[in-house]
Amino acid sequence: MGQAHFSHALKVDPHICFGCSRCMVSCPTEAIRIKKGKAVIYEDRCVDCGECYRSCPVHAIYIKQDDFEKIHMFSHKIALVPHVFFGQFPSQFTQNDIKNAILGAGFTDVVEVEQSVPFLIEQINKYVKKHAEDKPIISSFCPAIVRLIQVKFPSLTSNILLLKPPLDITAYNTRKRLVDQGIDNSDIGLFYITPCAAKIAAIKSPVGEEESQIDGVINMDTLFNRTFTYLSNNKNKMEINREYSKLNFRSRRWPLTEGESKYIKGNNFAIDGIHNVIDFLEKIEDDEVPGVDYLELRACIESCVGGVLLTTNKFLIAERIKNNNDEPEVIKVQNFIHDKEYLESHIAVNKVEPRNIMSLDDNIEKAMQKLTTISDLMKILPQTDCSACGAPNCNALANDIANNESTIEQCIFIQKNMEAENKLKPEESYEILSDIWGKNKFSKYKNLKK
Amino acid sequence: MRFEYDIEAGNFSKAGDASSAFKKVLKQLNVDPQVIKRIVIALYEGEVNIVAHSYGGKIVCDIEPKKVSIVLKDTGPGIPNIEQAMQEGFSTATPAVREMGFGAGMGLCNMNRNANAMNITSSAEDGTRVELIINL
Repeated sequence: MGQAHFSHALKVDPHICFGCSRCMVSCPTEAIRIKKGKAVIYEDRCVDCGECYRSCPVHAIYIKQDDFEKIHMFSHKIALVPHVFFGQFPSQFTQNDIKNAILGAGFTDVVEVEQSVPFLIEQINKYVKKHAEDKPIISSFCPAIVRLIQVKFPSLTSNILLLKPPLDITAYNTRKRLVDQGIDNSDIGLFYITPCAAKIAAIKSPVGEEESQIDGVINMDTLFNRTFTYLSNNKNKMEINREYSKLNFRSRRWPLTEGESKYIKGNNFAIDGIHNVIDFLEKIEDDEVPGVDYLELRACIESCVGGVLLTTNKFLIAERIKNNNDEPEVIKVQNFIHDKEYLESHIAVNKVEPRNIMSLDDNIEKAMQKLTTISDLMKILPQTDCSACGAPNCNALANDIANNESTIEQCIFIQKNMEAENKLKPEESYEILSDIWGKNKFSKYKNLKK
Repeated sequence: MRFEYDIEAGNFSKAGDASSAFKKVLKQLNVDPQVIKRIVIALYEGEVNIVAHSYGGKIVCDIEPKKVSIVLKDTGPGIPNIEQAMQEGFSTATPAVREMGFGAGMGLCNMNRNANAMNITSSAEDGTRVELIINL
């Protein structure tokens, strides 16, 4: 495997992980192996989609966030909150209550990330019109999808929309507004409340951008707990009572599936769920779907309401957001956009470079040799995809062997055969398995009666 | 290195399987993504042609360090007028095939456009043989 040069938010806590392999099997990019009884994430293959986080039965996979106390390093502590946050609360709390409770939790202001959506939709429509030859244009909104395309669909990197997502635009907008009010830039702390791991990774090592405007990232469940506690303690009377403007309909819909595709002109598709996206991109790559203008692709089912850090059922949140009709449609984009020209000059991102993880070698002749090895191995391996070898399936093991990262004895079928033919001693076979699954896995069988 | 794929006539649900399988190989060989795109588009068009128009056939892909050669061979009925078939928009596809989203008459010219060299021979007795060369 190549070297790691990407920051990831998903981490494995080795003290909790007991080596069950669920994460390894669920990973859409085969980025996980089991070594010495623990899950190990290959950083160059991981796209931060969070499927492993979802599948872990003991919460050994966690999302590394900034310390909440970091907000107090700034006099202006701004929470950049995605709209999905509000859908988690029971309907008795108004959005204004929830925003005031976020202030109660320690922030000095709350800014909804989707404020910039009407501006962005306008920019995307211009972009799609201008780049007619690069169709389909693929949305850059979901960072897990951008990374997925880089590693698995390298030929489609040139189709990615080269405009910043709402978060970055809102961050630029907010900072510029405060600086123009005379506030020192170093006093402004912008904290993003993230619904998923991919967004953190995108902030810590942005694709196509020099550096992020965001000073810190707080996991959505952390802020939910603090906000909900504040609301419960101030049930009868809210101490803080600021009036906040509300987002318009399009902005509220943005984080849901079809939140983009419906508002971009042309023949568009909206696809959610990383496995569905992979299936569809295979077709796009083969040019099997002609005449598509714009693709909204999101890694989570039901888009951002399905983010791993949300605390409530995704369908309930989606329904609450759709049914939230108590808010007037009168708010115009100009209310939020402080300096349109400034934003227009900062909205572009650099070209997204491919980084093909499927490549066996940079040298085609060496790659062909490895491919021959893999195809020979696949004739021997049992094709049961049992993952007892510590790789997610037989093909992944064959790849690892061709890359000198594994040995054929790791396959238990081959081990048994070698033992039967006296090519491998039982204690050697035991050593190999405990090297994959850890010694602890075998200790409980010590006194097992036949 | 050689890869062979059998193509069944009339089975549209499998049309594209050979191109997808070969695409995976090209990615493993770290072929330039834009070249992969050209190969896969040409191959997919050829694969659909065999499914839609022939009695069945075979695709043989040979990879060498500097080029990929693909031979698409079917067992008939052959193309009566190759020059006409090469024209953009010319199609003999049945309305049923068109309804499935195939048969727009772009197949052969799309293949020609994406390959560095293309050679077609066809007769009613031996069927059609298309050879594509794409430089790596």
